[in-house]
Formats: sequence, C-alpha cells, structure tokens
Amino acid sequence: MHDADAAIAAPPPMPATAPPMERRRGRTILFQDAWITGAASVAGPTEGRGPLRDRFDEVAEDHLLGQKSWESAESELLRRAFAHLCEQMGLGHGDFDLLLAGDLLNQTVATAFAARDVDVPFCGLYNACATFAEAMGLAAALCDGGYCRRVAVATSSHHDAAERQYRFPTEFGNQRPPSAQWTATGAGAVAIEAAAGQRAWARIAAFTPGRVMDYGIQDPFNMGAAMAPAAADTLAAHVADLGLHPGDYGAVYTGDLARVGVPVCEDMLRARGTDLCLRDCGVELYDPRHQDVHAGGSGAACCALVCTARILPDLRAGAYHRALLCSTGALHSTTTYQQGESIPAVAHAVTFEAANRG
Amino acid sequence: MRADRGQRAAYARLLKKHTPAVPVIRNALMAFLIGGSICAVAQIFMNFFTRHGLTPERAGAMTSVTVVFIGAALTALGLYDEIVRVAGMGGSLPISGFSNSVVSPAMEFRREGWVLGVGARMFGVAGPVVTFGLLASMLVGAVYLLFRIPLPK
Repeated sequence: MHDADAAIAAPPPMPATAPPMERRRGRTILFQDAWITGAASVAGPTEGRGPLRDRFDEVAEDHLLGQKSWESAESELLRRAFAHLCEQMGLGHGDFDLLLAGDLLNQTVATAFAARDVDVPFCGLYNACATFAEAMGLAAALCDGGYCRRVAVATSSHHDAAERQYRFPTEFGNQRPPSAQWTATGAGAVAIEAAAGQRAWARIAAFTPGRVMDYGIQDPFNMGAAMAPAAADTLAAHVADLGLHPGDYGAVYTGDLARVGVPVCEDMLRARGTDLCLRDCGVELYDPRHQDVHAGGSGAACCALVCTARILPDLRAGAYHRALLCSTGALHSTTTYQQGESIPAVAHAVTFEAANRG
Repeated sequence: MRADRGQRAAYARLLKKHTPAVPVIRNALMAFLIGGSICAVAQIFMNFFTRHGLTPERAGAMTSVTVVFIGAALTALGLYDEIVRVAGMGGSLPISGFSNSVVSPAMEFRREGWVLGVGARMFGVAGPVVTFGLLASMLVGAVYLLFRIPLPK
C-alpha cells in the first residue's frame, strides 16, 4: 500500500451531519462514483502495424472500410468501435443513456452520421484531439452526479479525411518537416457508469478541465509546439490542486504532444517546480523505426486508441495503480491558418485509478 | 490565456532547443538527384522527338505533354506523393509536379461530383500558378506595348 495513494482515493470519514462530499479542489473536479466498465478500439491498417497491433479489438482492412468516402469510412470506424464495446459488455444500445462523441471533421459529421445507427441520445463534442478526455470528464460528472447510469464516450479520426480537410488532397506530393505529425486512423469507445461494482475496469477519480492557451505558434506542421503550453498549464494545475507528487502516478500520458511537444512540456513543468516524466499517446501508437510518422501520431483517435488499447487494460491488469491522461487539442481551422492566425490549444486531464486495490 | 510578447519570445527560445532541424543538405541532395532524373528523362524524350523530325518548338511542346502525362499516371497510381516525400521540390518543381497538383484534387474531389467536386476544385492547389502566371504575362505584355519593344521572333 502506498501512503500517497490515500491522497485522492479515500474520502474523509463521514460525521453524522456530514458536509457535502468534496467535489472540487481548485480547477479539478473529484468523483466518487464514476467507473470505466468497458473499452473498445478499431484501428486503421497503419496503426494495426504499430506496437499496439495485438491489442486492438479490430484492425480495419483498408482506409475505406467498404465505404464510398473517407468521411463515411470514419463513421464506420466509430460504428464498429461502439459495436465492439456493446459486444464486449453484453449490452445493447438501449443500455446506454447518452453518447458523448466527437471527431476532427467540420461539423463533426463522422460522429453525427455514425450516431444515426447508434440508438442512444447523442451529444456531439469538439475540442480537436482533446475531445476524448473532455468527453470522459463530462461523462464521469453525469454518472457521478446521478444524472446518467451509463454513458458511452467515443472519438474517431481518419488520416485521409483529415488531410483532405486540413491540408492537401491525399495524392498531392508534399514534403513534411520532421516536426510534423501523422493523423491517426481509428476510433476508441469507453463505457462510463455509476455503481459499477465488480464490472469496473478502473475508477475515474478526477477531471481537470483546461484553459485555452495561445503562445503565438502559427505552424500547423509543429502541433506539439502549439499544444505544449496548454498541457503544461493543465498538468501544473492538476498537480497543485491535488497536492500529488509525480511518483503517485504509475503513468502520466499526454495525448499527442509527440516527440517535439513532450520535452517542451516537461521543460515548462520543470520551470514551475513539477518534474513529470511524460509518456505520449502519439509517440506510443507508432514504431518510429518502421513507420514514417515524423514526430508521432495525432488526431482525436490517437489518445482514444492508446487509452483503450494500453492505458485502461494495463490499469485493469494491475500494471499500475493510478494513471493520468492529458489529451491535447489544437483549436485552429484551415480558415484561421490561412488568415494568418496563431493556433490556440487546450488540454484536459483525467485521472484513472485501479478498481481493485491492494 | 494569450501569452504576452515576453512569454512568446521565451517560448520561441525553448522551442528552438527541441524542434528538430529540417535536413536541408539531405533534402537538397534528393531534390537534385530525383529532380535531375526527371529532367534527364524529359531530355531523352526531347531528343527522341527531335530525331523523329519535330521542330524544336513542337518537340518542346510534346516533351511537356509527355512529362505531364507521366506525372498524371504516377499520381493516379498513388506513387507521385511517395516520390515527392523523398524528393521535395525535385518532384514538385518540374511540370510533372504541376500535373500532380491538378490530378490529385481531381481524384480527391470526385466524391463531391463532377461539377462541384472535380470541376470546381481541380485547380484548388494550382490555381495561384494560373492566376498569377496570367497576371504576370499581362504585365509583361503591357511593358512590351508601353516601351514599343518588338516581339521576339
């Protein structure tokens, strides 16, 4: 047993006339009754050749998945991820009270169109690549507050659909700098519920929502640089709010800062007196020796795939007791970029704790 | 939160430490080798056309047509973007690169239909070349007119 674990795991003992359970510390929201009870992932062919190849529920055969366009293919990824989630949990669509989902496409059409075939009330979300943590935090609040019994959270992204929208046609020849990142193709879905009992994989202990940070970065081929300040701000607030030490976490993941953003973020945190060693979903999704992804992966599915295929299963298997996922998102559009604007970013942090301790 | 000028400057210094440098020498070498090879292939065609009796002007035009076709074919086969990934400007600058910049959006936006997709968006990447090329030609023509410079034969 670790003494430091007691810092957020055990609620204080309740006197007869109890004050309300502590729900906030600083910016961080604390949960008592929000649990992950399922996680499923569907990855694209490139991701399916990466280090997590044996951990995905499904690897898509190609980038079209039998559909007529990249956008429809992305919807299909999401549909399949949700289907895998239901199958894994032995549940039907009617067992979910709400679907919180988002993607990178304009008007979040990938998730909206997939939601036509998911018979669950749908609330679409957009915070770019930070959407997954944003959705998990909100879902945990809804369950912990007693408003929903079970919420499905999902995000997707598709390399070609994103390239087509944000950058160039997919067959256009373009040389990318070493700081560029590769938008992941795939979808990840988790189930979050209250009163999970034995079915829980992990507890969602806390959610630190992020402020939008803009340090004047204008280069869309260096997203890590645009997002690192947001991650540093959120992580610093999280650590300060909860009074935790880096050693209290088995793993601290950022979403997709990748190889440029991670050391920058670590330096910024060190300057604020916090020494965190960051793992990154964008770095761990691909094998740099065989896959030419430059700085690493990105995209709304990036942290969803790594979270559902690595972080949550590792927690469930007891690899560590507490993990943090800080998803990072760049909030620009092709229009703002062409108009010479900088790239604002946001990062949201979610703390997971193993369900069965000791 | 928006960083002020001091914070942005400090951040730019921090970034310099961690942002990998673009491999200029390697890129320049690959551009030279691959771009040069494309031009060498074009010269082979030029010699071929000249040997078969075309005037220099016509041989030049046919060479351009041939290289544009090669660029279009390689784009359709999904190979041209792989070439440019390594070659950089060596693949983008020759006329095969221009061909790639028109064929790739035509392929991409077929899903939006022939009129609004292919038709309207085909010149999405190459549009500036057309616009400013025409504009430059007009300006040059105006200069010739103004200064009564005789046209070259």
